[in-house]
Amino acid sequence: MTTQYESVIAEFDPIIGIETHIELGTNSKMFCSCSAQFGGDPNTHVCPVCLGMPGSMPVVNRAAVESTIRMGLALNCSIVPWCRFARKNYFYPDMPKNYQISQYDEPLCINGYLDVTVATANGPQVFRVDIERVHMEEDTGKLLHAGGAGRIHGATHSLVDYNRAGIPLIEVVTKPILGTGDLAPDVAKAYVAQLRDLMRALGVSDVRMEEGSLRCDVNVSLSRPGEEWGTRTETKNVNSLRSVERAVRTEMLRQADRLRAGDRITQETRHFNEGTGDTTSGRSKEGAEDYRYFPEPDLVPIAPSKEWIEELRATLPEIPSVRRARLQRDWGVSEFDMQSLVNAGALELIVASIDAGVQPAAARKWWTGELTRVANERSCELEELTVTPNDIVQIENLIAAGELTDKMARSVFEGLLQGEGTVADIVHQRGLIVVNDDASLIAAITAALADSPDVAEKIHSGKIAAAGAIVGAVMKATHGQADAARVRTLLLEHLGIKE
Amino acid sequence: MSLDSDLTRQSAATLATAIARKEVSSEEVTRAHLDRIAQVDSRIHAFLHVDAEASLSQARLVDAKLAQGVLLSPLAGVPIALKDLVATKGVPTTCGSRILEGWRPPYNATIVEKLMAAGVVSLGKTNMDEFAMGSSTEHSGYGPTHNPWDLDRIPGGSGGGSAAAIASFEAPLAIGTDTGGSIRQPAAVTGTVGVKPTYGGVSRYGIVALASSLDQAGPCARDVMDTALLHSVIAGHDPRDSTSINAPVPDFVAAALNADVRGMKIGVIRELQGDGFQSGVLERFNQSLDILTELGAEIVEVSCPHFHYALGAYYLILPSEASSNLARFDGMRFGIRVDDGNDRSVEQVMSATREKGFGAEVKRRIMLGTYALSSGYYDAYYGQAQRIRTLINQDFAAAFATVDVLVSPTSPTTAFKIGEKLEDPLSMYLNDIATIPVNLAGNCAMSLPIGLAPEDGLPVGLQIIAPAMADTLLYRVGSALESALVDRWGGLLISEAPSL
Repeated sequence: MTTQYESVIAEFDPIIGIETHIELGTNSKMFCSCSAQFGGDPNTHVCPVCLGMPGSMPVVNRAAVESTIRMGLALNCSIVPWCRFARKNYFYPDMPKNYQISQYDEPLCINGYLDVTVATANGPQVFRVDIERVHMEEDTGKLLHAGGAGRIHGATHSLVDYNRAGIPLIEVVTKPILGTGDLAPDVAKAYVAQLRDLMRALGVSDVRMEEGSLRCDVNVSLSRPGEEWGTRTETKNVNSLRSVERAVRTEMLRQADRLRAGDRITQETRHFNEGTGDTTSGRSKEGAEDYRYFPEPDLVPIAPSKEWIEELRATLPEIPSVRRARLQRDWGVSEFDMQSLVNAGALELIVASIDAGVQPAAARKWWTGELTRVANERSCELEELTVTPNDIVQIENLIAAGELTDKMARSVFEGLLQGEGTVADIVHQRGLIVVNDDASLIAAITAALADSPDVAEKIHSGKIAAAGAIVGAVMKATHGQADAARVRTLLLEHLGIKE
Repeated sequence: MSLDSDLTRQSAATLATAIARKEVSSEEVTRAHLDRIAQVDSRIHAFLHVDAEASLSQARLVDAKLAQGVLLSPLAGVPIALKDLVATKGVPTTCGSRILEGWRPPYNATIVEKLMAAGVVSLGKTNMDEFAMGSSTEHSGYGPTHNPWDLDRIPGGSGGGSAAAIASFEAPLAIGTDTGGSIRQPAAVTGTVGVKPTYGGVSRYGIVALASSLDQAGPCARDVMDTALLHSVIAGHDPRDSTSINAPVPDFVAAALNADVRGMKIGVIRELQGDGFQSGVLERFNQSLDILTELGAEIVEVSCPHFHYALGAYYLILPSEASSNLARFDGMRFGIRVDDGNDRSVEQVMSATREKGFGAEVKRRIMLGTYALSSGYYDAYYGQAQRIRTLINQDFAAAFATVDVLVSPTSPTTAFKIGEKLEDPLSMYLNDIATIPVNLAGNCAMSLPIGLAPEDGLPVGLQIIAPAMADTLLYRVGSALESALVDRWGGLLISEAPSL
């Protein structure tokens, strides 16, 4: 039986496009010297410039331009010889000047691509996602609606925090992505994941998705093969990898329903509901705001010299796809396993764990095994779990020192995942201590043998495999806190048997 | 030098020298001007804000530094009036608008910091057309300023307050800003001197923007040397204004001392004479050309064919930029807030605040600019206006290929009556026909008094235009013409203004 999704794919070709906004990790804001750190008491990272005080003027942050050029180069873009900022005019109280300084028809980086790998039943498949542009702009402040349910509806008043106003953002816009077929949602997710990895590898942003520092707008349209492209919708503020995938899938299903019913798709922006996975209609594009763009007269054009661009090109790190191939070789894993761990979002966590001193095999075992299972159960990203590479180091060290057994390590992870505290706290609270005291182990062995004299007979008669029953009994008696191998050695010694 | 009993009649240069020689203190000079303001400003209304105690304590601080032998600047201890769109920390800054009533900026404009460091003492803030939109100062939200030559007449605009303060001897120096003529036209109609520096020559940081690509702050005074001295203090690169020029400041004072036009070629712009120019204005202008010839300059006529389109282009670019620059006045963060209440949405409060806070001329220009930038109209209006701007630049480039400086009447007429053009914005806009091309091209110009129009006995100004970054030429030609005129008159023209 075909699923609903399969029947949509059989009838329609999806076209997707993704606009991604990422906060850059610069020290200061885009146009002033205020701190660009996340958080802080409301309205403490502000000055006349980012508050839009009358008379104040912006000055471009050179580090933000450098980050954008490096991102453009890593995405195989051309860096334009000359470009300007533009004002995007609209009234909203989170925007101090009632215009946003952005780039409009003159972006800094144009015409690039990113090769995206997606796992399929037939092995990994590479899609080339063409990049239309990479440009710079400033973020807005944040509104807090008070006296209601935290939403604007029913609020008695609103408070504004301008700490975020003026934080540098880069926007990466793809060209329409064609020919993905049933893989459209996976390509969308893999693209955003690789974009995120690239930003991190470049060190231009640490991309804290939970703090909203990466936000996607997802465009989707459907058309029947051979027909003209369908009308697209733009789903705004899709803020996690999983949501990107869901938003594309949901929108494909919704549009197919409408098209089959003979309805037209309205060109509009839609909101993604994280809870239900649905999209709901926002404002229609026909009545869209007119942003009255014009070149920002308070700033001079940016004209990066060839020398500067080449200097920045020389600072680019290993490209993620090349690095991945190298890691796969180093770790000696199959293409399939490598792809699975990339898809699970485990690559960077494994690398971080190895960098922190864990053996590659152990790092892979924990992140792709136990932890991936829990992340799937919880429908969240691995990096959202309350386990860090540093925790893995501590646990592995305890195992190596013989202070934790593999089984006890799983108990520590359980504690970490439930937020019970640090590794040391959990070991202490859960009483996870290996019984290393041979005397007490021998006492337990003696007691177990006394309980099962027939087993002792069997062992003496050469059936050494029967030792397992005694080891099991000892483990039970010590509540699993003994090292089973040590118990076995002691048992055989006690019985005077040599293997 | 002997100081006359009235300190307010002296030039800034004279006062600075006397203060430096301890013949008089900055406090005495400042007090004399504050007394003069108290005496005449109820009739002139040049000032929107005066804080006598604050000015005197600044003056005493400068006196103390001078007593310790700390070198400040050639203008140390001299008082100044600031146009009310210059941000002054803790001091009301209204831009002539009700919407900013009560706002005290939390920071100083760069030029205010430069003036303070130079020991120049602030007397207060001067009246202006609201957000610098106008040529008469009648569009102030706080009532008009009167021309000291005739109290029924306008002092020009938008910087009518600064020009009137100087012309009425309330201040020896003032700061103005010039987007389409707001320093030069007030100077012309009040018989004073005003300079619009090359765009980027003076930092715009802290000067509330009207049209960012046209605005430029500059000096106002009663003679050419004083403008040169003040220009030297406020000029220079500012890392907080990326449109400011990063180059050494030329020696304007040396240029003013080098009052020699022998061998210079001076161009008369064919398109800026004739129709629409008052006969007495043209008469004084032609006399000045004769004087320049006598002084050894060669006068030639040049054509700038695209100047006909300057006014049209200006009234698209200015409102477009202004509509965006003025968007921040929404009642959310500073100034007045109207109709606030739990049952009001943010849009309603913004709308009510802007409705009440802005005057008619500001609203007119915001609507013009919003329309000109709208999707579908941008190319036909803003885009086309920018192309005109390029052509005007080319006109100037062609003219400066054959002449050193250009001259024209600053304003087509002398000061008109208060209320005369209030209902006719187009006729008001025509006042700036000779000054606007300079702002569109970004080069520099000066207006200086050349006499009284025979028909109405009111001052006439001559405009000198020089290429971008060649501001020194203004001072050289201006001081040559000024000294020839002063020789004929036996003193500055302003000394003939009626005593108040």
